[in-house]
Amino acid sequence: MTLTTTLIAGLVLGGTYALVAMGLTLQYGIARIMNLAYGDMIITAAFAAFVVQALPSMNPLTGLAIVVPGGFIFGYLVYVFLLSPLVKRAPDKATLEVDSILTTFGLLFVIQGVLLVLFGSNYTSYTFLNVPVSIFGTTVAANRLIALVLALTIGLMFYALLTRTRWGTALRAVAVSPQSAKLVGINTDRAAAVAFAMGTALAAAGGTVISMYQTFTATGGVVFTMKALIVVIMGGVGNLLGALTAGLVLGIVETTVSTYLDPGLTLAATYTIFLAVLLWRPEGLFGRRV
Amino acid sequence: MMVAFSFTALAAIFAALAAAPFFLGTYGIGFLLGLVGYVTLASAWALFSGPTRYVSLATVAFFGIGAYTVAVLYETLPSWLVLVVAALIGLVVALLVGLSTLRLAGVYFVIFTFGLAELIRQLVTWYEVNITGTLGRYLFVDYGPEVVYWKLLALCAVTLAIGYFIKRSRWGLALKMIGDDEVVAEHCGLPTARVKLALFAASSVIITLVGAIQAPRWTYIEPTIVFNPTISFLTLIMALLGGAGRLWGPVVGAVPLFLLFEWLSANFPDHYSIILGLLFIAIVFVLPNGVLGFFEDHWNRLRARRSAGSNEPSQDKEVG
Repeated sequence: MTLTTTLIAGLVLGGTYALVAMGLTLQYGIARIMNLAYGDMIITAAFAAFVVQALPSMNPLTGLAIVVPGGFIFGYLVYVFLLSPLVKRAPDKATLEVDSILTTFGLLFVIQGVLLVLFGSNYTSYTFLNVPVSIFGTTVAANRLIALVLALTIGLMFYALLTRTRWGTALRAVAVSPQSAKLVGINTDRAAAVAFAMGTALAAAGGTVISMYQTFTATGGVVFTMKALIVVIMGGVGNLLGALTAGLVLGIVETTVSTYLDPGLTLAATYTIFLAVLLWRPEGLFGRRV
Repeated sequence: MMVAFSFTALAAIFAALAAAPFFLGTYGIGFLLGLVGYVTLASAWALFSGPTRYVSLATVAFFGIGAYTVAVLYETLPSWLVLVVAALIGLVVALLVGLSTLRLAGVYFVIFTFGLAELIRQLVTWYEVNITGTLGRYLFVDYGPEVVYWKLLALCAVTLAIGYFIKRSRWGLALKMIGDDEVVAEHCGLPTARVKLALFAASSVIITLVGAIQAPRWTYIEPTIVFNPTISFLTLIMALLGGAGRLWGPVVGAVPLFLLFEWLSANFPDHYSIILGLLFIAIVFVLPNGVLGFFEDHWNRLRARRSAGSNEPSQDKEVG
């Protein structure tokens, strides 16, 4: 593999990480839910895309139109039925954090169990546009390029939605200060539910994109949660552009490690980055020191 | 009088448990062994996570380290030395995790421990495939399951004793304070980071030892078996069901859940993770302080209501 190939593969992977990390940062930054089942929501979407693309006259791209709204609805229901009672009950932020961690940890096993029953524990994949394309002097599979373009488009769309619309501004206000947001007439409960649902929709988009160029298994969620969490912390909680940059960095580092060292060491590389961030800048590369 | 009676009763229970292998068949011993293993795991988990309320999701990481160390070293070293080495490795990993995360907000610790088992599993797999060239090891020891059981029972007794003495000492008060309000604890001059680190290390070493002692039960060991996330999950749910903040909470939670788990994995092998996941969520919702906390709350409320209705209602909500 040449350097350019590695770089492009890294960008593809990094674009996907950035996309899913944006969803997680919405859930943690705005809805204040530490969602440990996030990776399993990604995997669920990957399986959903796998099922949908096999339907007559469907492909993964048109499948997004089903999977992403499906993710939004699922996320909304999870928030309303599972998490919002905990939010209402919690006397302070620390209790909510522990409760949400425990609940989503339980949810992780439920989702994983359902996927195992439905699809078994084998590695799953499908072929979509697996044709070589020449770019910058190297050849890349078309599905990977589409994945990168999709990840960036969807990511930037959500970014514009949050920064350029009145509605997005309200969501960001909740992230900055839930108490003051109430004073200016923002319905913080609804905002949190919508943010959580949007985060799940981004996870669904990410899962669909991942399924286009990677194999996946029902038990692979933990690794995705971990990577998304590390990207979020690296970028600074609630910081969308930070998540985008950190995601791309993580993707490139991982691809470099798996190309030049060993594919079995990618998670170790991720953890090394995490450790470095924790020791050096726990508030994130782009976060402000408090 | 009461204390002396409790100690005698406890000693009698442990003596009965220790004598049990002489009256039980292989299945019975295996069953008790699993039960005592989980009671120890849940108690060790609660030792740190109960009072500090730092949720550790790394149980199986340490459990697996213990089991794997035994699989690698059991032929070259005497068995007591293997346990010492396993404990030391567990200690080093615990210190590494603790030193890098326990100074920060609790959520960093949770995240770090969440992926830790998967990280160590992948590293062991990578090492086995690339350096030693094998994946999976056989483990034949010259003693029966009853010896494994006695070792575990001893460890269980030690764990409960440690829990008891910590609760009675200044350390216990310090921990309770950290769990209630870390900022206040810091302002009172408590070395919070050091207290948390020491306790996390103690809890992790016990968990490592459980893995190391139980390892011979498998005879064949590979990373996917000993780093199975279900072990972390079960430990957590047991401790929470009983009430992680109380000495006997994990024991109270472990016994019924272990029975349930045995029954589920025999009758619904494909669905037990769904059922346990739902049960787990239900526990977080209905019994946030565990079964013991629930009964204590109701008992207190009942007593408060009975003793003069004119007084203010009972507000003594137990934390933990």
